[in-house]
Amino acid sequence: MALFSSRMIKRVLVAALVAIVPATAALAAGGGKAPREQDWSFAGFFGTYDTAQLQRGFQIYSENCSACHALSRVAFRNLMEPGGPEFSEAEVRAIAANYFIEDGPDSFGDMFERPGRLSDRFPPPFPNQEAAVAAMGAYPPDFSLLAKARAPTRGFPNFVFDIFTGYAENGPDYIYSLLTGYDADHVNPEGELGHYNPYFVNGEYIAMAQPLWDGMHVYQDGSPETISQYSKDVSAFMMWAAEPHLNARKEMGFRVMAFLLIFGSLVYMTKRRVWSTVEH
Amino acid sequence: MSGPSSYVPKTGVERWLDARLPVVRMMHGQFVEFPIPRNLNYMYTFGGILMIMLVSQIVTGIVLVMHYTPHADMAFNSVEHIMRDVNYGWLLRYMHAVGASMFFIAVYLHIFRGLYYGSYKEPREVLWILGVVIFLLMMATAFMGYVLVWGQMSFWGATVITNFFSVFPIVGDTLVQWLWGGFAVDNPTLNRFFSLHYLLPFMIFGVVILHVWALHVTGQTNPTGVEVKQKSDTVPFTPYATVKDLFAMVVFFALFAYFLFFLPNYLGHADNYIEANPLVTPAHIVPEWYFLPFYAILRAVPSALGGVLLMFGAIVVLFFLPWLDTSKVKSGSFRSVWFKAAFWVFAINAVWLGWLGSKPAEGWYVPAMQIGTVYYFAYFLIILPLLGLFETTKPLPASITDAVLSKAKTKTVASGAGQPAGATAAPETKG
Repeated sequence: MALFSSRMIKRVLVAALVAIVPATAALAAGGGKAPREQDWSFAGFFGTYDTAQLQRGFQIYSENCSACHALSRVAFRNLMEPGGPEFSEAEVRAIAANYFIEDGPDSFGDMFERPGRLSDRFPPPFPNQEAAVAAMGAYPPDFSLLAKARAPTRGFPNFVFDIFTGYAENGPDYIYSLLTGYDADHVNPEGELGHYNPYFVNGEYIAMAQPLWDGMHVYQDGSPETISQYSKDVSAFMMWAAEPHLNARKEMGFRVMAFLLIFGSLVYMTKRRVWSTVEH
Repeated sequence: MSGPSSYVPKTGVERWLDARLPVVRMMHGQFVEFPIPRNLNYMYTFGGILMIMLVSQIVTGIVLVMHYTPHADMAFNSVEHIMRDVNYGWLLRYMHAVGASMFFIAVYLHIFRGLYYGSYKEPREVLWILGVVIFLLMMATAFMGYVLVWGQMSFWGATVITNFFSVFPIVGDTLVQWLWGGFAVDNPTLNRFFSLHYLLPFMIFGVVILHVWALHVTGQTNPTGVEVKQKSDTVPFTPYATVKDLFAMVVFFALFAYFLFFLPNYLGHADNYIEANPLVTPAHIVPEWYFLPFYAILRAVPSALGGVLLMFGAIVVLFFLPWLDTSKVKSGSFRSVWFKAAFWVFAINAVWLGWLGSKPAEGWYVPAMQIGTVYYFAYFLIILPLLGLFETTKPLPASITDAVLSKAKTKTVASGAGQPAGATAAPETKG
């Protein structure tokens, strides 16, 4: 980080701070189009993940996205934990065994590769960010936290209503909108190499080509094999990857609120009783 | 405030301790016998709420530290480790993060209650100043805690905020490098912020003890602003304040739990789920919501030094408030309609500045920030000093008891029912 002189950083920041932020103005306002809101099983105060949907989402991830996108904070064992895709242990062991994990050093001092175990995390498709950029032209972001990291801010008055409606699905709504938001008929202006997508948060052109097409993946449970369904499933899977304890959190929330309501009523009646003899 | 202690040690152990270290007697005096004005409303419950929130932050923080690694390469991963792998780690971490926001909601309501009821006026100047010190320490603690996550907003927020100090002439650059422990925000910065983030809450705790001490010397204000004059003006802390504060805490906890369990990331910023990267600047760097009004003031003027001075000035002016407000009448309820208008415009302006703080400093936002900033300072430096000299205030009640009983009488007349006034004369003697 000694790359920059402090003076240079200072100049950049003070400029960004007090003067105008010209190039980023559009981004600051939220960038692309507002995401289209979807119905999610995990929305609302009692919402929980749909296990079948997470399993389908994992299928899309592993058949499609995993070629470029890492999932490095998720361990194989997470796939069988309650509140997730809840694959059986045998299934998860089989999934893990499909991956090769670098381990070592062995007794000769050499690194070696072995099949994945339950405790391993998903190995990244590229050894590092630089390798990914060299191969792809841009870094395909790690999926582990993306559903929470790409949650566009909601302007006034929506952010006020959101408190009361409990809306917290801006992340998956954004991912769904992005995946279904490509426009094949769009003609790029001269010199623009990206793919047009009005929902993209960083301008209107995204490095990733449209990844999902109708009929591309075969679902075993008879769900529609459409771009929309694929996108929804993988968005839900990404939300789970980013927030694996959502089910437990909402369940505890219900208990805590119920307790506070009952306890609060008792305390209120006690308070009325205590103060009943005092004008105040 | 308190008379002679009425504490009677009941057991042998209590008598033994009382003769050596009368700590139970002291607590009994402060939290059982301590007389509070009988007419306090729910705006007076935030002190207790803040105390609980401080304890909650310290307890969750201590447990989080058991799983957190303060290193630039590992901090973000260790936070995610807490969120994913530590048993109930998600609960602890969300409690701590949402708790910080709740702490600020409570402290802002507490401060605005003080502003409306004139809680800063003689003889409570020291009490008020200690409160401003706590507020400052809270801001420093919250800022450094946010950096510990080591997400994009942590890193760039830290870079922007520490750069404030670089605008001071001559010493600026040296000062910032000294703060960073290097030439940019990096591992040494994270380490010292971690150290200070662990230290400052205990300093807050110390100043809170002084704050409560000062409060228990002068006694609480009350919605009439008339000082306690006789025994019937007050009720003992326990059970009256205890049960009322407890109820307010439960309601506040319900709000806390609502955000904690259903909207845990609503008050945060999505970019902080991206690990810090010194090479990528986020499109729009914003601080946490509780700093936004000050962030708007910072960016209201085109000069960096001017902005920084104004922002610090916005806090510094609070220290002088007891002497800036010239009105002899404490409570806003007994002041002119002009005061009420000025106060509520100030409150709305603070929220408005907060919204502007989340916007980039461009277009019409800039003049709006300027107008808001001017009003913020004008309230303290022009309106409060002058209003006290010119306004006509309402007649004050002779005592708190008078105020309460005349209110009760109006109520009784209106409803045709009620209890005889004599029943309330010495409430602490009644069951």
